[in-house]
Amino acid sequence: MKAVVWQHTNKMGVERVPDPTLLLSTDAIVRVTSTAICGSDLHLLDGYIPGMERGDIVGHEFMGEVVEVGRDVRRVRVGDRVVVPFNLACGVCDPCRRGLFSACDNSNPAPNARTVEALYGAMSPSGLFGYTHLFGGYAGGQAQFVRVPFADVGCFKIESDLRDEQVLFLTDIFPTGYQAAEQCGIVPGRDVVAVFGAGPVGQFAARSALMLGAAHVIVVDRVPERLSMAEAAGCQTINYEKEDVLVALRDATGGRGPDHVIDAVGLEAHGHGPGALLDTAEQKMRMSFDRITAVRWAILSCAKGGTVSMAGVYAGLVDKFPLGAAFGKGLVFRMGQTHTHRYVIPLLERIEAGQIDPSFVITHRASLDEAPELYKTFRDKKDGCIKVVLDPWGQPGQVHKV
Amino acid sequence: MTPNLTSNMTSRPYREHSTESLLSPAERGVMGVLGLAALTLSLRGNALERLLLGAVGVGLAGMAATGTNPLATALKIRQNEEGDTLVSDAITIGQPPEQLYAIWRDLTNLPLLMRHLKAVELLDERRSRWTVPGPVGDVSWEAELTADEPGRRIAWRSLPGASIQNSGEVLFLPAPGDRGTEIRVNLAYHAPGGTTGAVIARLTGQEPSQQLRDDLLRFKREQELGFAPTTQGQSSGRAAQNGHYRQAQDHAPRTAGEAGRNA
Repeated sequence: MKAVVWQHTNKMGVERVPDPTLLLSTDAIVRVTSTAICGSDLHLLDGYIPGMERGDIVGHEFMGEVVEVGRDVRRVRVGDRVVVPFNLACGVCDPCRRGLFSACDNSNPAPNARTVEALYGAMSPSGLFGYTHLFGGYAGGQAQFVRVPFADVGCFKIESDLRDEQVLFLTDIFPTGYQAAEQCGIVPGRDVVAVFGAGPVGQFAARSALMLGAAHVIVVDRVPERLSMAEAAGCQTINYEKEDVLVALRDATGGRGPDHVIDAVGLEAHGHGPGALLDTAEQKMRMSFDRITAVRWAILSCAKGGTVSMAGVYAGLVDKFPLGAAFGKGLVFRMGQTHTHRYVIPLLERIEAGQIDPSFVITHRASLDEAPELYKTFRDKKDGCIKVVLDPWGQPGQVHKV
Repeated sequence: MTPNLTSNMTSRPYREHSTESLLSPAERGVMGVLGLAALTLSLRGNALERLLLGAVGVGLAGMAATGTNPLATALKIRQNEEGDTLVSDAITIGQPPEQLYAIWRDLTNLPLLMRHLKAVELLDERRSRWTVPGPVGDVSWEAELTADEPGRRIAWRSLPGASIQNSGEVLFLPAPGDRGTEIRVNLAYHAPGGTTGAVIARLTGQEPSQQLRDDLLRFKREQELGFAPTTQGQSSGRAAQNGHYRQAQDHAPRTAGEAGRNA
C-alpha cells in the first residue's frame, strides 16, 4: 500500500510499504477513505518531537471502512464505516473508566512506557497513532490501510449519510478544540473567551466556546485568512503583529481581561519580545523543545480567577514562565491531550443536529502523493492553507484549493 | 489448596538501605590503582587531556579513599549494609488481591511474569529451582519460600551456594476505592561487580530495576486486558526496505493472564 512516512527532519515521503496485518485478536484493519494533516504533525516534520524513526508511518486523523477484524473484536464488523480517535485507549484501566482516555495506562507498550515514565515522573499516558516511539510508535493513518488496536474501544460507527469531511475531524481537532472550550467552565451569556491561535484547533475552540454560550469570543493570530475564518463565525479578532495583544485584549474587555483564555498554539509559538527571542534561540540550540509565547500571553491577559485552558502540544521543560502572575491572579490551569473517545458521540450528535459543519475548516484537498508538498504548504501558511484533507485512493498530481 | 507455610512465621523486615552506595574492599583497591594511574598520566599531554585525566584520577582516588560510589548514589542505586543491591517498585492493577496472589503463588508462572527468568521448577512445597540465561549458558540456583500469607504477601530467598544470591518479597495490598490491588515488589541481590556492576547495568538498560518495571507494566496489561499491546511486526517503511512481510496472526500470544485464569 501507499503511506506517508517520516524520513527525517523536514522530510516526509510517500512510499510503498507492506499492508498492515492483524497482530492481536483485538485489532481491526481499516481501509482509509479520508485522512488529514494535523498541526501536531508539523512538530514531527520540524523535528521537535523526539523518538521518530526513519520509515514510521505518520498520521492520526483518519476514517474509513473496516475490512478485517480479529477474533476477539465484538462491537465492529467488516463493512462498518468508522472514525478512529487519534489516541489509543484500552477502555478498562482506571483512567479509561473515569473517561480520561488520553491517560490510558495500558496502550503504550513497554519499554516505551517506562521511558515516558522517566520523563513524566508518572505512568505513561496513552499510545498515539503515527506519533513517536515514546508514545507507542503505532503506525499511523496517512496510508491506504491502517491497523487499529483496541478496535472495540477505538472504532466509532458512522451510520448517518454525513460525508467523510463532516465527521473526519471527530478524530482529533474538533474534540481538541471542544475540550479546550469545555474545560473553561464557561458561564453562558456572561463569560468572554480569548483564543490564541486561529489554526484548525483554534477555529474549533472558538466555535465550541460560542456553542457553549460564551458572551463574546476574541481570536488572536497573525494570518489574515485564519482571522477571516474566525470572523465568519462571529468572533472579534486581533492581529498580534499589528497591535499590542495584551493592550488590545484589555481594551476589548473593559480592562478586566478575558474570563478564560485558550492556548491553541503549542510548542512552535511565534510572537515577539525578549521571551520569544530567547525561546527561539534555545530551541535552535536544542536546549529546549518548547516556545511558550502563547502561554505567557494567556497568563498575562487572563482575568483574575480565570482559566487558562491549553490545547496546544508541549513537549518538555519551560522557563520564563510567569508563575507570579498566575499565582497573583488565582488562575486555574486546565490542559492535556484530548480524551477524544469521550466526545465523539456527543459531537457527532451536534453535527447531525446541524449545529456545526466541521468541513468549514478545509482549504485544501489532494491525494496522498501530495502530502509531502502540503506538509510544507501548511507549515509555511502558504496559499491560504488552514486544513488539508488527503484521499489515499485519489489520482496523484492534483491539489484542489477550496 | 495453597499450603499455608509461614503465615505465622516472623517476616524478616526489610533492612533499611544506607544512604550511600558502599564499595567492596576489592573495588576500592581497583579504583585506587586506576585513580593513581590516571593522575600519573595527567601529568603529560595537552591541557584538555591533563584536565580530563586529572578529574578522572581525582574522582577514582576519592572513591577509593571514601569507599563510596557517588555515581551509584546519583543514580539512586540502593544497597543494604551487606552490599546487596536493593530494587523495589509498585504498580496498581484493577483486579482483586486474591486473584493476583494466586497467579504469583504458582511459582511456575513466574517466567511468564518476569521475562529474564527462563524457568522455575518446584522441588517441594518450599523449595524451587530458578534458571536464568547467562552470557555463557544458563545459570541456576535453588530458592526457598520464607513467607506465604495468602492474598497478602509472598517472600523467598536463594539457598546458600547460589550463583546469584538474592531474596525478595511481593506484597498485595488493597488499593483505595475500587482500583484493585497495589502490588509492591522488593528485591535484594548481590550484583556481580558490586556497585560498579550495578552502575554499568543501569546505564546499559540491563539492570533489575528496569526489568522489574517492564515486568510489572506487562503484568498489569495482561491482568487488565488479557494481552500485551504490541507494535511488533507492524507495517513501516523499514519493513518495505527489507522486503519483510509478515503473515497475519489471528490469536493473542499466550500470557500470564491466560495462564492465571485457566489455572
